[in-house]
Amino acid sequence: MKKLSLLLWVTTTAFAGEPTFERQTTLRNQLNHDCGACHGLTLKGGLGPSLLPEALADKPDEFLISTILEGRKGTAMPPWQPFMSHDEAAWLLGILRASSHK
Amino acid sequence: MKKTLALLALLLSFNALADLRATGDLGIVIEREDGNALIINTTEHKRLAKIEKLGDLSHASVVFSRDQRYAYIFGRDGGLSKIDMLKDSIDKRIIQAGNSIGGAISQDGKLIAVSNYTPGGIKVFSSDTLELVADIPSSYGDGLRSKVVGLVDAPGQRFVFSLFDAGEIWVTDLTNTKTPVIKKFPNIGKQPYDGLITPDGHFYIAGLFGEPGLALLDLWNVDSGVKRILSDYGKDDEKLPVYKMPHLEGWAIAGNYVFAPAIGQHKVLVIDKNTWELHDTITVVGQPVFVMARPDARQIWVNFAFPDNHQLQIIDVKDLSLRKTLTPGKAVLHMEFTPRGEQVWVAVRDDNQVVVYDTETLQEITRLPAKQPNGIFFSSRAHKIGL
Repeated sequence: MKKLSLLLWVTTTAFAGEPTFERQTTLRNQLNHDCGACHGLTLKGGLGPSLLPEALADKPDEFLISTILEGRKGTAMPPWQPFMSHDEAAWLLGILRASSHK
Repeated sequence: MKKTLALLALLLSFNALADLRATGDLGIVIEREDGNALIINTTEHKRLAKIEKLGDLSHASVVFSRDQRYAYIFGRDGGLSKIDMLKDSIDKRIIQAGNSIGGAISQDGKLIAVSNYTPGGIKVFSSDTLELVADIPSSYGDGLRSKVVGLVDAPGQRFVFSLFDAGEIWVTDLTNTKTPVIKKFPNIGKQPYDGLITPDGHFYIAGLFGEPGLALLDLWNVDSGVKRILSDYGKDDEKLPVYKMPHLEGWAIAGNYVFAPAIGQHKVLVIDKNTWELHDTITVVGQPVFVMARPDARQIWVNFAFPDNHQLQIIDVKDLSLRKTLTPGKAVLHMEFTPRGEQVWVAVRDDNQVVVYDTETLQEITRLPAKQPNGIFFSSRAHKIGL
C-alpha cells in the first residue's frame, strides 16, 4: 500500500510537471523564436551558444534550469522567470536534451 | 506570307510587352520558418512570386544589385542566394559558411561580402558569379576567431565590420581583391553587437552590449581612431533584461539628431550629431529593437523586444514627442518604408501578415498574407550607402 501511494505521488508530480497542451505550443513557439533569436532557429548557436544536446550534455539540469529562469550575469542571457514556471523550464530542457524541439 | 509574318511579329511584341516588369518598386518579404522569399510589388500591394528552398532564413537580410534586378539573400545557415526578380527564380545559390549573420554589397556593386559567426570572418564574392574572391578570417588573440557583426559597405570600395568576441572594428579596402588592405581598431569596447554607417558614409558606429556607450569611427579620418561616446549614460542604472538584441541597421539620422535604442532601458536615445553627446531620451513602451526614420526624417518608428512586441510607437521629430502607439498584431519584427516614405510595411510574424500603413494618417491601408514574415526589404535599398 505504501508503495502504491508512493507510485501515485510520483505519477501526480510528473503530471503536474507537464505543461498543458496549450502552454506546450506557446513554449515551443517561444523556443523557436525568442530563444532562436540569439541561439539560432536550429538552436546550433548564434550570438548565444549552441543548445544542441551535445553542447548541453555535461551541464547538470539545475544549472541549466536556473540559467533559463534567472539568466546569466555578464552575458546577454535574460531571466525568463516572468514568463514561465520552474516546471515549464524543466520541460523545455527535456525538449532540448531530447532534441525534439521541431 | 509577309502579312502573316508581320502579324506574328506584332503578336510577339505584344507578348514581350506583357512580360515587361520594372523592379524599382519591388521588394522581398522573408518567410522565416519555411525559408521562402516573396517578391512583392510595393505600388500594387501585390505578391508576385514565392521563391522556395532558401534554407534557414531566421535573421535573414537582403541587399540588391545596383540595376535592381537581383536580390542577394543572406541566410543564417551560411546560404547566399541570388534571386532574379525579373524571372522569379534563383539565379545562383551557395553555402559559404556554417553560421552567418548578414551581408553587404560594395560601392561599385561588383562584390558581395558576408559576415560569419562560424568560422568567424568575412567572405567576399563576385556579385555576378558568386565565386569567392577574398576570405578574411577575424583572427584575434591566440589563434581565436571572433563572430563578425555589423558589416556595412563604405565609400572607397571598403567594408567595415565589428568583432563581437574581440571588441574590434576592422576597415577593409577591397579596391584590389587579391590584396585586401585591412586596418584594425582594437579595444573599442566589450561585445559590439551590431554596427551602422551614417547614410552619408561618414561615420561608422558600433553598439556595445558588454558595457555602456558606443564606439564611433570617423571614416574621413580613420587615423584619428575610434572614439567612445555616451559611455557615462546609464552606467549606474540597473539594466532591464533584454529579450531581443536591438538592431542598428536603420538607426535613424534626422537632421542634427541620431536616434538609437538604449540597451536595458525602455528608452530611445537622442544624440546630438555635432557633439556626439546625449541630447534627450524618449521613454517608450519596451526595449526598442529597430529605431527607423521615415525617409524625410520627420517621424521615427520604433518596434520592441518580447514581451512588448505587439506594438509600434511613432515619434514626431519636430518636438521629440510620442505621436501614436499602434498595435499591428503579435510579434512585430521589422518594418520598411517606401522610397519616399508615404507608406510603411510592417512584418507581423505570429499573425502571418504584412501590414501596410499610411505614415501621414497612421491608418492601416491593407494586409497581405505571409507565413511568419521576419524581414521586409525594398529594392530602393540598391542605391543607399550601408544598406
